[in-house]
Amino acid sequence: MWLPLMLGVCLSMIFVSEAGAFTAYISNERSNTVSVIDTNKWEVIKTIKVGQRPRGIAFTKDQKYVLVAVGDDDTIQMIDTGTNQVVDTLPSGPDPELFIQDPDGKMLYVANEDDNTVTIIDITRRAQVGDVQVGVEPEGMGISPDGKILVNTSETTNMAHFIDTSTRKVVTSVLVDARPRFAAFKQDGSELWVSSEVGGTVSVIDPVKHEVKHKIEFKIAGMRPEPIQPVGINITRDGKTGFVALGPANHVAVVDGTTHQVMKYLLVGQRVWHMAFTPDEKYLLTTNGVSNDVSIVDVGALKVINTIQVGQLPWGVAISEH
Amino acid sequence: MIRVISVALLAFAAIPSASAAEALKVPIGYLGRAERIETISLLDQPAADDGIAGAQLAIQDNNTTGKFLNQSFAVEAVHLKDQDDPVAVAMQLAGRGTLFFITDLPAETLLRTADAGREHGLVFVNAGATDERLRQEDCRANVIHVAPSRFMLADGLAQYLVSKRWRRWLLVVGSHEPDKLYAAALRRSAGRFGAKIVQERVFEDAGGARRTDSGLVQIQSQIPLFTQSAPDYDILIAADESQVFAPYLPYRTSEPRPVAGSAGLVPTSWDASHDQWGAIQLQNRFKRSFSRRMTALDMQAWTAVRMIGEAVGRVQSADAQRILDFIKGPDFALAAFKGRKLTLRDWDLQLRQPILLADGRVIVSVSPQEGFLHQYSELDTLGADRPESKCRLK
Repeated sequence: MWLPLMLGVCLSMIFVSEAGAFTAYISNERSNTVSVIDTNKWEVIKTIKVGQRPRGIAFTKDQKYVLVAVGDDDTIQMIDTGTNQVVDTLPSGPDPELFIQDPDGKMLYVANEDDNTVTIIDITRRAQVGDVQVGVEPEGMGISPDGKILVNTSETTNMAHFIDTSTRKVVTSVLVDARPRFAAFKQDGSELWVSSEVGGTVSVIDPVKHEVKHKIEFKIAGMRPEPIQPVGINITRDGKTGFVALGPANHVAVVDGTTHQVMKYLLVGQRVWHMAFTPDEKYLLTTNGVSNDVSIVDVGALKVINTIQVGQLPWGVAISEH
Repeated sequence: MIRVISVALLAFAAIPSASAAEALKVPIGYLGRAERIETISLLDQPAADDGIAGAQLAIQDNNTTGKFLNQSFAVEAVHLKDQDDPVAVAMQLAGRGTLFFITDLPAETLLRTADAGREHGLVFVNAGATDERLRQEDCRANVIHVAPSRFMLADGLAQYLVSKRWRRWLLVVGSHEPDKLYAAALRRSAGRFGAKIVQERVFEDAGGARRTDSGLVQIQSQIPLFTQSAPDYDILIAADESQVFAPYLPYRTSEPRPVAGSAGLVPTSWDASHDQWGAIQLQNRFKRSFSRRMTALDMQAWTAVRMIGEAVGRVQSADAQRILDFIKGPDFALAAFKGRKLTLRDWDLQLRQPILLADGRVIVSVSPQEGFLHQYSELDTLGADRPESKCRLK
């Protein structure tokens, strides 16, 4: 009687230490909540009430806060990760959607979708320090690993704008396919990937030459091209594998980071938009807006191993470093 | 005689140029009608800037993009009265360098203007006329259609009703020509998707005012009389583009049945309540600029101007033929808040687009409906498909 139970406990403890203990925060756009997931148990351990229409979500670099853009409240809320309560706000400008921090975690760059603007916020002072005029409906935000170049994508202008973070000026703009949603640099800064939701492609841009050097296209057997709508992009630290969330196609594409060929399509929940790796890159969590759940992808095995119900219209995901 | 609503809305000089080189200027003409249709509901009364406001917003959007590409766009709008000569107006604008025209004109007027403009290389984007003939026997190589055709609207509605298994339709048709054309489209859709028109009735326009002080008393007794003794039906479909009777039907029919078509559940390209797929951003932008809600005509004009802006941005030229070729080509795609890209049918120059089904408060559904399959694009289940098209582009 006792032995198997004890063994079970021991095994689960081993599993715990092996997997590491991370916490994932999911923004639920319609519920106006953030679901907190324990990545050991793959369970929602808490649901935090936040402002209206939470979308973009990220940890501050010091891990003390989770920032969540609540677009309809025109602000970014700060959740204290110790108490899991909203404790403060950042002056984001109107309708914040996605944002990104510089590598030091001092500056926050926010896409204001309704205002054709990128707002720059000093996180410590919690004050706006500038803004940059960009194209129509700014959304995707990427930053080069050295923090020198900020990239914003504008959905109706169909461009990736390259912004010099020291002068806060648009240096150049690169045309991509229709409705660019997301921008991600490789860790070595050699490539910038930009997803075009309506165009159905991911543009691989040379960040020095400012040229589209390759377009990744997607084809899922038995599916028409229309629902294949790339949004979120996550590239492993070694740059070898990219994951692209394909929206209403309900699949995540696994892309070879070197050849840019699609290696596999993973079936996840419905309308998959954004994703995040656990810090050890063992797992990738995807937010599935229509099925109101999060899929867990085993990155090594390239398999979906679990699904967790969260709030309504899960949009973004952020995972702790520890 | 000619009412010039707005001349060069955004002065070219006001646009900051990205470099020392002079910006590529793209003037666009907007030809609308001065006459406004009388509607039954006050809420449906078109604003004076209905349509042109959408074009103006798209000009703003094009110029936001244009400042990064050193391109600038402007629109000049003319609202034509019956006695005005549309050809003369178009030529006048063309004389000032305008090659692209957004039109909200009756089919006959559009054809006359487009044919006259052809030898001058003028390109027309039809944002207003839903006539099937413009996409079929009277199609033109220099006329693009952004407005959905009657066939597309009727198919969008029919797919939804059939998916609901509301297959028995009582069709009530107005006595004006556009009503009859819409009824013909509905008949075709019923046959195509397996609905049955159990009976047709004609609602004669007896004339008179749409608004009277005690008109409701009469209507409340007229409509039940008009709709009684029909064979069993699931839904009443009204073809009343002329706005004579359809809005009076809901809640007044003899039998308790829903209404669709020109009232009740209405197939449309756009509705003020549409907020999916990022549409809320466009709705907000529109309301901020014009202090009213965005109509289908506004959206069609917005789409038309954005198509030109998108093509000029990609081609980096304002050459009308190159722009037209690009829009017709495989690389053209427009994002217009409909959840998928909009492209052009190369056989009749009709913009492929989903059809929204609106009840006046919310979007009830969006067609194509699930399960209506097509070997090329599900959007081609709406309207005249390539094999049935009578269009021979010349």
